[in-house]
Amino acid sequence: MKTETSSIWKKAFNNGLISGALCLLVMLVGLVESFGDTYVISGIVTLGEIILLIPVIILTYTTMSSSSKFPKSTMLGISALIGLVSGCIITMLILLGQVVNLRVMFVNASPALFNMLMRGVPLPLGALVPPLTCIVAALLTLGIYLIPSRLRSAVIQGALWVIILGTLRDQILIIDLFKIQPFSIVLKRFVFAISGLRPLGAVLVFAIITGLMYYLSGRKKDPTVIKSPKVVKRNRIILIGILAVLLLSLPWALGIFYSEILDTTGLFILMGLGLNIVVGFAGLLDLGYVAFYAIGAYSMGVLTSPGLGLFHLTFWQALPIALFVAWLAGIILGLPVLRMRGDYLAIVTLGFGEIVRLLVLSTWLKDFLGGTQGIQSIPPPIIGSWKLNSLPLLYYLILISIIIVAFIAWRLKDSHLGRSWMAIREDEDVAQAMGINLVMTKLLAFSTGALFAGLAGTLGATKLTSVYPHSMTFIISINVLAVIIIGGMGSIPGVFVGALVMVGLPNLLTEFQEYRYWFYGLALVGMMLFRPEGLWPEARRKLELHETEDNTGPPVTNEPPINETLSAVQ
Amino acid sequence: MSKRLLIIVSIIMISSMVLAACGAKAYECTDPLGCVTVAPTDPVHIAYAMVIAGPDATLGIDSRNGAEIAIDDKGGKVLDHAIQFDGEDDGCSAEGGQAAGTKLAADPTIVAILGTSCSSAVRVAMPLWSTAGFTVISASNTAPDLTLAGNENNYPGYLRTAHSDVVQGAAAAKFAYEFLGLRKAATIHDGSIYADSLQQVFADEFTRLGGTITAQESVDPQQVDMSGVLTSIATGAPEIIYHPIFIAAGTQLVIQARQTPGLENILQMGADGMFSPDVMEGAGDAVEGVYVSSPDFTQFGSDYKDKFLPAYQAKFGSVPVSIFHAHAYDAMNLVLACVEKVTVKDSDGTLHIPRQGLRDCMYATKDFKGLTGNLTCTPTGDCADPKIAVYQYHAGEYPPTKVWP
Amino acid sequence: MLKRWRQTVTLTDIVVWAIGVAIGIAIVIGTMRTWQAAQYTPEQWINLTIDGLKLGGIYALIALGYTLVYGILRMINFAHSEVFMAGPFTAVFLAQYLDNIGFYNAHPLISLILVTLLSVVVSVTVALLLERIAYRRLRFAPRLVPLITAIGASFFLQYTFRGFYGTDPETYPTIDVLKGFWTIGSIAIPKTDLVVIIAAFFMMLLLYMIVQHTKTGKAMRSVSEDKEVAALMGIDVDRIIVFTFGLGGASAGIAGILYALVYQQVNAFMGFIPGLKAFTAAVLGGIGNVVGAWLGGTLLGLIESLGPNLFLQGLGIPAQNQLKDGIAFAILVFILIFRPSGLLGERISKTKA
Repeated sequence: MKTETSSIWKKAFNNGLISGALCLLVMLVGLVESFGDTYVISGIVTLGEIILLIPVIILTYTTMSSSSKFPKSTMLGISALIGLVSGCIITMLILLGQVVNLRVMFVNASPALFNMLMRGVPLPLGALVPPLTCIVAALLTLGIYLIPSRLRSAVIQGALWVIILGTLRDQILIIDLFKIQPFSIVLKRFVFAISGLRPLGAVLVFAIITGLMYYLSGRKKDPTVIKSPKVVKRNRIILIGILAVLLLSLPWALGIFYSEILDTTGLFILMGLGLNIVVGFAGLLDLGYVAFYAIGAYSMGVLTSPGLGLFHLTFWQALPIALFVAWLAGIILGLPVLRMRGDYLAIVTLGFGEIVRLLVLSTWLKDFLGGTQGIQSIPPPIIGSWKLNSLPLLYYLILISIIIVAFIAWRLKDSHLGRSWMAIREDEDVAQAMGINLVMTKLLAFSTGALFAGLAGTLGATKLTSVYPHSMTFIISINVLAVIIIGGMGSIPGVFVGALVMVGLPNLLTEFQEYRYWFYGLALVGMMLFRPEGLWPEARRKLELHETEDNTGPPVTNEPPINETLSAVQ
Repeated sequence: MSKRLLIIVSIIMISSMVLAACGAKAYECTDPLGCVTVAPTDPVHIAYAMVIAGPDATLGIDSRNGAEIAIDDKGGKVLDHAIQFDGEDDGCSAEGGQAAGTKLAADPTIVAILGTSCSSAVRVAMPLWSTAGFTVISASNTAPDLTLAGNENNYPGYLRTAHSDVVQGAAAAKFAYEFLGLRKAATIHDGSIYADSLQQVFADEFTRLGGTITAQESVDPQQVDMSGVLTSIATGAPEIIYHPIFIAAGTQLVIQARQTPGLENILQMGADGMFSPDVMEGAGDAVEGVYVSSPDFTQFGSDYKDKFLPAYQAKFGSVPVSIFHAHAYDAMNLVLACVEKVTVKDSDGTLHIPRQGLRDCMYATKDFKGLTGNLTCTPTGDCADPKIAVYQYHAGEYPPTKVWP
Repeated sequence: MLKRWRQTVTLTDIVVWAIGVAIGIAIVIGTMRTWQAAQYTPEQWINLTIDGLKLGGIYALIALGYTLVYGILRMINFAHSEVFMAGPFTAVFLAQYLDNIGFYNAHPLISLILVTLLSVVVSVTVALLLERIAYRRLRFAPRLVPLITAIGASFFLQYTFRGFYGTDPETYPTIDVLKGFWTIGSIAIPKTDLVVIIAAFFMMLLLYMIVQHTKTGKAMRSVSEDKEVAALMGIDVDRIIVFTFGLGGASAGIAGILYALVYQQVNAFMGFIPGLKAFTAAVLGGIGNVVGAWLGGTLLGLIESLGPNLFLQGLGIPAQNQLKDGIAFAILVFILIFRPSGLLGERISKTKA
């Protein structure tokens, strides 16, 4: 219909405007220029260029999805329009930058950026380059959209993997396993260039991934075949075995850089398991969780460091004491907030976190806690004749701790106490009416959470062989909260996934360090808008959060398949 | 018949490849730490570990800029190989130092590292880098223990072109006591290791010379309201406040001291963290008369003003925003000079850089003419030629004028 | 009666009250000792008080934004600190431009109005964008989801503005007319302080009037009471929510300019700590309560200013000003123990956890 057609053109125009605005955002924040020299495919396309074109690609794709019933010529025109509008907005910025010195305000609107946007072509001809680039990108997106669906998803995955591998070149080449000769030569000669992938390598990766995905999506599962319980159990044991071997060999296969990332992620998993109990099970919003981490770390430091000179215990002697102190702190800090609800609880716990940080930083307690200089020379744990003073060795200690803590958390979840916590989370008054002792239950939640954080603290102090007050910031509490929310609140496997995504991944992508929190914020907002139940949610929560959406059938429990396997690991 | 031919051809091909590989080895590396072999078309990889992200980013970015100018001045090449200068953010913290440390330690192509920005980072990273055989030179670490012989934080392979806190704090105390003739002082730090260490050195030296410290307070680096701490200090009636902190909090102290009853005319002194145009702009008229200690730029030689600063302005679009850019420039030049000296170059252009040889060359540096002075390195890694001067701000003028020595 | 009291009071209550009383005693002892030592002159105390009022005024204005949004949506708008930052950080360039062409000090009032206008426009825009993009879809989600979204938006905005305008702080040019002090007797009050205190008070009055006595205000109150019923009554809930965010944003934009007048330097991270303090202030005064936000802000400012020297020095704690934030939180705990809904209580009926 005429109105439909004109409305789709209008929509395309609007989307072009949005896309242009997003391109501006990305340019002015500095992403495009910072990565303008980082090649994804060496000599052909840089990461900066890809980042610039992402808004165009995404908006073209979404417009295409809602206009698939239109003739091809219209779709062609629409995508070209989006590209044109975006490109024109970019050109307008460049032209404005010639007249006014934008750099006074927007530090990234520099001649170098404009030059990059115009691909080296000088004005006035250069002004045509951005629209052309955007139109090409939009048309390419259209082309991909028009590919039949099975091939299309394979192609998209292939392209994504090319981009991922091209960006992660440094991280891949650092892997110890890949430094061994046959791998190393192949990777350096054929796949990777000095920066990014070689064109040959890119083609190889694209072909392999696309082919693989296409093949895998074509295989049909025969519904008449039912595996016998024995076979299922045997498969499961094999899977567990492979998983165990993998986990145990990770630090040696990957190398020291990954060991450090695994250790840090492990510490956040420990903290996440603890906060999961406080926030996820019991529904008590604790924004000062870092306080317990600090108490555990400082206890370890005070008790073992010869630098501070107060006590001279070994790691193993100090560990139970530090854990007890953390547990006690959970009770002490839990007492005043017993009567508080919701957001009041949040702000008070936040205050506690800050108070602990100020106390360990203070001059007043300098003689006991080290003041601004922190505590140094914390000795490593010693088992027999082994000193666990390297990051790979520490990994195993952290792994064992995680297994123990996760097991405890899992058993607690299904226990009477765990159910009391969930009752409190849902409705405190009703829970009390049902006979649950609010005080004991809440204090147990706080203290158990504090215990796990304290454990993480002692291991953290060992990892760095030092404790500094500047590490114990509010941001850490937020990070742990983000881990459990993104993973799925109340879900134990969710903690693992959340930590890998919110801690492991940013630490891996060191190139983006300057923009780390920008992406972090974007990821948090995006996740909450599109998948608030988290990446590996409790079945019930997913149902609750999508309640308002159209549910035509009976509720389906969404137990992720590996859930049982993971439980069986413990 | 054809099968046999195939076997013979394969044997010939394989053996020729093996022979070629063997024959190409013209240089046997005898260095105890091993050598870095750089292929004819590959770059020489020098890395950095500085704080380039987060609120302290200006410190690291400024140092990195100084090093990049040094690379430009050498035409971007050493021994006909391009210089690859990239690195990691050290976060100015122990965690950041460990993350940057492990990433760089895992990369065997690295010859030397410029870094870290902060002492807390290098203490954790240095054991990793020392074991990996790298030469590490810092342009801004100032903690004394890093180059103290026998100290557990003093590792082989570490050097620095920055002065130690011991020097700057003592110089400030001497200035206050002897030059200004003051007898009562108060200090304010901002909870950072650097500031606390400096003010403690100042306090100890000032007391040793015969003065009294009336108060040692601290503020938060992001704090804007200074009335409480200033009023508290005012009750002790000091003659000078020494606040070796950074721009944000320092500017507020300067402004608000003038507004605090009892402190309207008090003398104030900061350290190199407050040597910045942002302080002059931010504090407006209140900055008049404020002292600041810093490496003596006037001793930097004419090259600093005539060549370095214009190059910095042209490349980065502003004046240097922090104080260790010149130290980073010198650090990079020290490394490049030693690379040129100890590297063995094959006829086809392959470089063999001995790791221990590089370290030995660095430690043996004598009278190296750098921007920051004549650099001679001690066996424990102190290369700085520490001339600390005291400058005085005047409203609307930058840089501040030198008043001592 | 005693028997009834014994029935309702439990061991927990006693323990909690004991903690509160302990904090109270510490405060009293510290204060008395400080008075006895008489280290500070009355002028100094008065100056600290005025400084506290000024600080409190800025907190109050930011807290108004928090409290309005909380009242309507029951959510902590963590990103409000960036709404506060966006305005002055953008308007500083206008101020610098006006100063460069000599307009700024030639016509200070007009310049200030222009700069404030820009700041308000930017802050309101950011607030409205937040509402539209990040919060609207999550109106009925469980409480933690919008909280995380707000935190994410806060980080995103901080680093976006840092990316735009750079890591260096920007300085507001000084207004010559506002330099110096007004002297009353032996007290010298900085002129900027007085401007802030008065502006904060009037802003609070204005907002109170809007909420209490206008039709839109009535609509706001009914939406905060019960969204669904309000919609049934014919109130355009979306429009009211947008209006609330806009109002909070405007308040923050003005707070930002006042902040800039006093502290002169702005940067991308300037909102984080004042935002946190302002939120504390809003809770202190009773979240959802406009007058409570102002009261809480003022009280918090006074505590921060006077607290360390008044309480802690008497207790013999060295370098007491380091712990000033700690005191603020300790007093918050103290007040919440005895008045769990804040000083003036919530305007809406107590909600579940």
